[in-house]
Amino acid sequence: MRGYVELFNLGKTYDTPKGPQVIVEKFDLNIEKGEFIALLGHSGCGKSTVLTMLAGLNSISQGGIVVAGREIQGPGPDRGVVFQAPCLLPWMTAYDNVALGVDRVFPHASKAERRATVEYFMELVGLSSSMHKLPKELSLGMQQRVGLARAFAVQPKMLLLDEPFGMLDSLTRMELQEVLADILQKDGKTALMVTHDVDEALFLADRVVMMTNGPRAKVGKIIHVPFERPRERARVLAHESYYDLREQMIEFLEEQEKLKHQAA
Amino acid sequence: MSATIFRFLDRVGLEAFAPVVKLIQGEDVALQMRRIAVNFGAPLLTFLLFLGAWSFASSHIMTKYGHLPSPGDVVTQAGVLWEAHVEGVRAEKAFYEAQETKIAELTAAAKIFSERGQADKAARMEELAREAKQAKFSASPSYVTQILTSLKTVFAGFIVASLIAIPIGVLCGTSPVVQAGLNPLIQIFKPVSPLAWLPIVMICVGALYTTRPEEAWFEKSFLSSALTVALCSLWPTLANTALGVASIEKDHLNVARVLKLDTWTRVRKIIIPSALPMIFAGLRISLGVGWMVLIAAEMLAQNPGLGKFVWDMFQNGSSQTLAQIMVAVFTIGIIGMGLDRIMIILQRSVSYASVSR
Ligand SMILES: Nc1ncnc2c1ncn2[C@@H]1O[C@H](COP(=O)(O)OP(=O)(O)O)[C@@H](O)[C@H]1O
Ligand SMILES: [Mg+2]
Repeated sequence: MRGYVELFNLGKTYDTPKGPQVIVEKFDLNIEKGEFIALLGHSGCGKSTVLTMLAGLNSISQGGIVVAGREIQGPGPDRGVVFQAPCLLPWMTAYDNVALGVDRVFPHASKAERRATVEYFMELVGLSSSMHKLPKELSLGMQQRVGLARAFAVQPKMLLLDEPFGMLDSLTRMELQEVLADILQKDGKTALMVTHDVDEALFLADRVVMMTNGPRAKVGKIIHVPFERPRERARVLAHESYYDLREQMIEFLEEQEKLKHQAA
Repeated sequence: MSATIFRFLDRVGLEAFAPVVKLIQGEDVALQMRRIAVNFGAPLLTFLLFLGAWSFASSHIMTKYGHLPSPGDVVTQAGVLWEAHVEGVRAEKAFYEAQETKIAELTAAAKIFSERGQADKAARMEELAREAKQAKFSASPSYVTQILTSLKTVFAGFIVASLIAIPIGVLCGTSPVVQAGLNPLIQIFKPVSPLAWLPIVMICVGALYTTRPEEAWFEKSFLSSALTVALCSLWPTLANTALGVASIEKDHLNVARVLKLDTWTRVRKIIIPSALPMIFAGLRISLGVGWMVLIAAEMLAQNPGLGKFVWDMFQNGSSQTLAQIMVAVFTIGIIGMGLDRIMIILQRSVSYASVSR
């Protein structure tokens, strides 16, 4: 079966002082249009490597990646990226940070239209009242909201999120998970999110893809998350299969941990 | 309110005054007094010691022109120079007033002659009026004029240097190929003394300066001084710009990569703002270097300005002129400090604007 996003036989070899290191090998994954994938795995297994290759920010050593029927060549605004750190340009206001991409991607739209787009996404992430502040005047959580707005506002084919809420306290994290779930509900975007938070994966994803430990990491186990959308946290937590799925995931991760110790 | 004051003091580099403000606000008086003693007492004390040592030296060192000038002599000569300037301004004004009157008289006479039908005499009067108009006040430039000339020259050279150094620095910082290509040249030219550049610049300016003097925008001497300043002061800005651009955060560049920004937008929106604090740090060093180089160039080339003033006074050789040289030394130092202050303020204002979190 061919997917909207296809990663086939994907591999990454880094050149290190100790010679070439194969980090990811034979990584195969098909993502359907509108699907939300959570990518889970132990720290250092190669999750960010896969994500940055998909973003085009990292060169591909073997295999290839196809998005919407076309093999990717480097980065592009068709794939929005949100990293762990908000990475806003500190000399621009929140509004200008978002407008930078909007102006680039919709150069033929009128000024008013572009403005409306930026304001719409600012409102979507709940930042209408502090649009014109500089990043340093915003809390980390608010900065990451701008990061989300920036990624969504260029209306990419898919979104790539690398532990986007990893730096936030748990309350802010839950808040932002809901913001993200909300936008995705409205926008129906295809998304791949790296996380190491099992509950976050279950709350947001349609499928959870778990990687084996590196080196030569690949897809180890895929779990379908059957909760209907829109999701409400309380209902998700109360779902009959929630703890069963959670258990399966933790079991897989522990198994991988054991294998690592045996290898060592 | 007080936070604004402190931020202002910090930005203009006058942190030393912060305790004074706190004292006025009645905050921990003893502590503030102690800080004031350190911030102002210590500099005052060193200054007094310096004056003491100088006075002692001046009464003990005999030069061939008499005693080394004392601080008092220098102050006196500063006054003399100032009065000479005021007198010069007055004389110039008087000259042009007299000229106006003369032209008015001649034109009036020309009118009368032409009314009488004596066209040849009228033409003669008009010609005289034209000649009178062309007469220029000439006197050796006063001390203040020399200062203004030097300031104009250093800024011209500095602007030329910046216009060259910043774009090349950005190119070096963005492209390893350009960097590798230009590096040897930069390494070789950077340490060259202004005294070595000067003859080359003068000869080149001489060869290329073919405009007739009355049509030229700039004087030859101005051009050669300014270009020497530019050649010597562009290196710090170039090096700093290249370094600032090369050390842009990868995250910020990734923003540009993901959005596929075109080169010009990338330079304008990401590279320049991010490197701005480093660029300004470079500009500050450049202006300082430029000011030092200018004085040397003016001395050597006999181009108008403070350097020439020092040299002329040295040639005159008298106790008074020695004191005037010392006035010049203080002037050069104080102006240099002032230029540095201005650059600090600019540098801090851009750093504050772009610093994250
Ligand atoms: N540029 C690089 N050069 C060499 N090794 C790298 C590089 N980037 C990542 N690695 C290595 O690849 C492995 C996977 O890294 P990464 O994809 O960041 O892991 P994860 O995101 O799953 O924590 C790690 O062992 C890391 O040390
Ligand atoms: Mg990672």
